[in-house]
Amino acid sequence: SEEEECEHQAESSSHSSDRTTIIAIAFEGGVVIGSDSRVSAGASVVNRVMNKLSPLHDKIYCALSGSAADAQTMAEIVNYQLDVHSIEVGEDPLVRSAATLVKNISYKYKEELSAHLIVAGWDRRAGGQVYVTLDGLLARQPFAIGGSGSSYIYGFVDAEYRQGMTKKDCQEFVVNALALAMNRDGSSGGVAYFVTIDKDGTDEKCILGNKLPTFFDE
Amino acid sequence: MHTDLSETVIVFVSFFRNALLERDVAKVGCSLPGARKTGTTICGVVYKDGVVLGADTRATEGMVVADKNCSKIHYISPNVYCCGAGTAADTEMTTQLISSNLELHSLSTNRLPRVATACRMLKQMLFRYQGYIGAALVLGGVDCNGPHLYSIYPHGSTDKLPYVTMGSGSLAAMAVFEDRYKPDMEEEDAKRLVRDAIAAGIFNDLGSGSNIDLCVITKGKVDYLRPHDEANKKGVRTGDYKYKSGTTGVLSKLVIPLQLELMEESVQTMDTS
Repeated sequence: SEEEECEHQAESSSHSSDRTTIIAIAFEGGVVIGSDSRVSAGASVVNRVMNKLSPLHDKIYCALSGSAADAQTMAEIVNYQLDVHSIEVGEDPLVRSAATLVKNISYKYKEELSAHLIVAGWDRRAGGQVYVTLDGLLARQPFAIGGSGSSYIYGFVDAEYRQGMTKKDCQEFVVNALALAMNRDGSSGGVAYFVTIDKDGTDEKCILGNKLPTFFDE
Repeated sequence: MHTDLSETVIVFVSFFRNALLERDVAKVGCSLPGARKTGTTICGVVYKDGVVLGADTRATEGMVVADKNCSKIHYISPNVYCCGAGTAADTEMTTQLISSNLELHSLSTNRLPRVATACRMLKQMLFRYQGYIGAALVLGGVDCNGPHLYSIYPHGSTDKLPYVTMGSGSLAAMAVFEDRYKPDMEEEDAKRLVRDAIAAGIFNDLGSGSNIDLCVITKGKVDYLRPHDEANKKGVRTGDYKYKSGTTGVLSKLVIPLQLELMEESVQTMDTS
C-alpha cells in the first residue's frame, strides 16, 4: 500500500515553544504577564505571531513554554476544569486554585509532559499573584521568568525589580525584559504580547517588533 | 582547533567530531540518524469571503513516487475541508474518523458544524497518541463566525493564522505567502496566491510534485477544483525507436500452424497513465 514517509524530522521532534521567553510580575492590585511570539520546529519558525498568553479564566492567565502541544493541552484542560470549579463554587476562582490545577497535571504527568506554565492573575482575596509550577511544584513569587530566553535576563530582572512598583512600571519592566531576551535569544522573537490584569478587567496589548525598546548595539 | 577567521571561508571542524561520534556510536550498536524526506506541500489562506486550501498530488514511498495523482484535500463536513501531510494512511483515517464524529455531533446539535469543533477533536485525538499518528493537517472552513484556518501538528498543537503551510515544501510555499499575502484579498487573487505557493513547493522540493488541487470554501458553497492546474503534464514522445517494416531483409519464410483449443479468455488493461 502506498504511504508517504513520516513527517519532517524537525516537526516530529520538537514543535516547541521551549525556545521562548515568558515573564510575569505582580503589583499592588494586579499582575502583568508577557511573552514573545516565536514557535520553532528545529531551525524553522512555524509561527511568528503566536500568543503564548492563554486565558484560564476572566482574570487568570497562564504563559506557555516548553512543548507547544503539551502546553496548549494543559491550558485547555485547566480552562475546562476552572470553568466547572467556578460554577460549583458560584464565584470567580482564585488564582491559587488555577495554579493548583496546573500543578496537579504537571506533577502527575511530569515524566510524560515537557511544558512549564506560569500562572498569573487577580482575585478578590489576595489581589495580584504570580505562581510558578515548574516540574510540579507550586510557589508564589513576586515575579517569574521562564523559557530559553529567560537565561539572558536573570541579571536584568534581579537588578531592576523593586518592591512597590506601579502598574506602569511593571508594564515597562515586562516589555524591557522581553525586548532584551528577544534580542539575545535566537529562539525568541517576533512581537511582544503582554496582558495587564487588575480588578477593573483584562487589557491585552501587542507591541510589534520594530516598536520594541532598543538598547546598546541596535 | 585554532581557526584564523580572516583567512578561512569554510571550516570543516565538525568533520572530526562526526567521525569520532560515528565510531563511538557503532561500538554501542546504533547508527547515526539519517535525513528523512517527507513528501507534500499543503497550504491555506483566508481571504475576503472564505478560505482557499491547496495541495500538491504526489505520494512517495521512499524515493519512488507511489501515486502521481493522489487527493490530499479531505472532506470533513459540508463547510470544512482538511489538507493532510505526513503518513498518508494516518491523515486519511484521522480525517475520516473526525468527519464521521462531526456529522453525528452536527445531527445532535442540529447546527452546521464549526471549524473550531473539528480542530478540537483533531488535536485531542492527536495529543492522545503522543505524535505516533503522523498527521500534519491544514484545516479550513467557513461557519457562523466567518472563515477560519488552523494548522494542526502531529503532537497535537495548533495555530490559528490567516495563512499556513505544512509538509516538506512548506518553506518554499511560505516564502511565496510572506511576499504576497494581503488581508481581505479577492477570490481570484487568493486562488492565484495558493496556486503559486504550491507550485513553489512542487518545483523546489523533491517530495512534492505533479498537479495542484485547490478547494475554495465560502459561505454556502465549496469549489473542489481537482485538478486546478496540471503543472506537470506527461510529455508526448517526439521520436520512435521502432524500425520500419522491411528494414531487415527476409530471406525465407516457414509457417507451421499450431492446433490449439481456446479454453478461457479474459482482458486486463494495464494502467499506463
